[in-house]
Amino acid sequence: MVDSHDRSPVRSERSGDIGVIYASDYLNKLSGERIERECRAHLSAGCRALVVDFKNTGLVNSIGVSIMLGVIDAAERARAPLVFSNVNDQAAQLFELLGLMRHAALAKDESAALAMLTEVNLQPSLSVLVGELT
Amino acid sequence: MSDKTTRLIHAFSALADLGEEIADTRDFEEMVRSTLHVVLGSLGLRRGAVAEYVQGGDLLRFVAAWGLGAKTPTNFILKTQCAEIFSMAEPRPLSLGDQEQRELIEQRLGAQLTDAIKELNLSLVVPLVVHEKFVGLIMLGGKATEEIFTSDEREVVRTMARHIGVGIYNHRLLHEIEQRAEENRGLYEDLRTIYRDTVRAFAAAIDCKDKYTQGHSERVGKYSEVIAREMGWDEERIEGIAVAGYLHDIGKLVVERNIINAPYKIDAKQSSELNRHPAAGYEMLLPIRHPFADIPLIAKYHHERIDGRGYPEGLTGDQIPLGAKIVAVADSFDAMTTDRTYQRRKVFAEVVEDFRKNAGKQFAPEVLAALCRALLKEVTGETKERKMAKLLGKGYLESEECRPLLIKLIAELESDKLLAATSMA
Repeated sequence: MVDSHDRSPVRSERSGDIGVIYASDYLNKLSGERIERECRAHLSAGCRALVVDFKNTGLVNSIGVSIMLGVIDAAERARAPLVFSNVNDQAAQLFELLGLMRHAALAKDESAALAMLTEVNLQPSLSVLVGELT
Repeated sequence: MSDKTTRLIHAFSALADLGEEIADTRDFEEMVRSTLHVVLGSLGLRRGAVAEYVQGGDLLRFVAAWGLGAKTPTNFILKTQCAEIFSMAEPRPLSLGDQEQRELIEQRLGAQLTDAIKELNLSLVVPLVVHEKFVGLIMLGGKATEEIFTSDEREVVRTMARHIGVGIYNHRLLHEIEQRAEENRGLYEDLRTIYRDTVRAFAAAIDCKDKYTQGHSERVGKYSEVIAREMGWDEERIEGIAVAGYLHDIGKLVVERNIINAPYKIDAKQSSELNRHPAAGYEMLLPIRHPFADIPLIAKYHHERIDGRGYPEGLTGDQIPLGAKIVAVADSFDAMTTDRTYQRRKVFAEVVEDFRKNAGKQFAPEVLAALCRALLKEVTGETKERKMAKLLGKGYLESEECRPLLIKLIAELESDKLLAATSMA
């Protein structure tokens, strides 16, 4: 699935039971809503875990953070573990300070995120995943 | 970077985002939704809602909510005088987790509403007050860190709430201005209708003076309208020329009835008296503030001729306003196609011949050409609304000769030679 309305579009793909969503260069309202849409679509399609990859993301604004909290909500309701990968230092510090990392795990890159989720065998409990990773 | 600095930069950046969102007035609900996101995202809050106070109904209408799922209510009914109490109180964030502040919330919102907010897992209530007017409420849930709000964070919320309040207040003002503008548009339309009706009443009064020309002014108005439309005028100017057509003979009100209705050829003195009517009409129309330009001048000059042999001033060619040239053609067309005291109406071929003979002398060729094109469109059925055919009566335009006569005359009128001759005059 690709949403290509801007230069660096939000796109996503499925890796087994895991939905992988690639954020664009700026996590703001527009791209945040696209990420949220993709996440919900993957969960509705039966994905049991989600990875949001921020490899291309340089900036995160307040609306982007709020929408990511919505993604966390959606994942928790579906009891789907959520991993953020390739988060730059600045965004990682912000996510940590604002409490996002209490509800999602952090991975160095996409492969590490997928490996993490495979290792925990997609246990239907985020706390198990977050607990194992910390 | 230290945590404190990162938080500070994020809060400042959120304030900038807030300003940007509030400035966007295109979609009110989207604006409120975005501002709620900014507040939630600036502090890492998982849920929240913004409700606006609906004046008159003692209602809080939920405009935006995030993280409340299916529990989001549509409205909260406020207790009486709640808005007044909030308007007077200091608009600071109040926490439901603090006993003293919870009591304050209950005093202002009532116990039922306070419980409803708590049930939504919302713990911080921030009234939106602008110019001592209660405009709404922001209700915020707990932080994703599950920590309590610090005093700095409460200050951030309070500052943002002031901005959001201004956004809602401005939207309301804009809405009121739009409503007033809509009312004014309605009043203006009413005035225009009254003006049109008055013009029609005057036209009827003018035509009452002459038993043989009943409906003449109205017909001239309608023919003028058709000609102007054919010449590509805009709707505003077309309405103006129609009014000018209705009123072109208003000066006849000062001419004696026996001269207007004389069943014989009037003498020079009577003719001079009758010829006063364009100038008299101008004097009558001049003091009126018409919504359209040139109406007095059109009345004054509708008997002028391109060759300068008209009256009252003997103007030539371009000295005559185009509107007066249009009304002159419409006036003569109606005179030729209706029965008069001294003559029966002309058959269509005679009218065409008269136009041919007087093009560039009495009439402006481009105006005659426009009338002929409009007539041709009605003859061929190109124009569905056959306005002129209806005015001319059944059968008048149905003769087989109409079409070729009009085509030939249009070709002649539109030839460069004739137009050049006119500009010379």
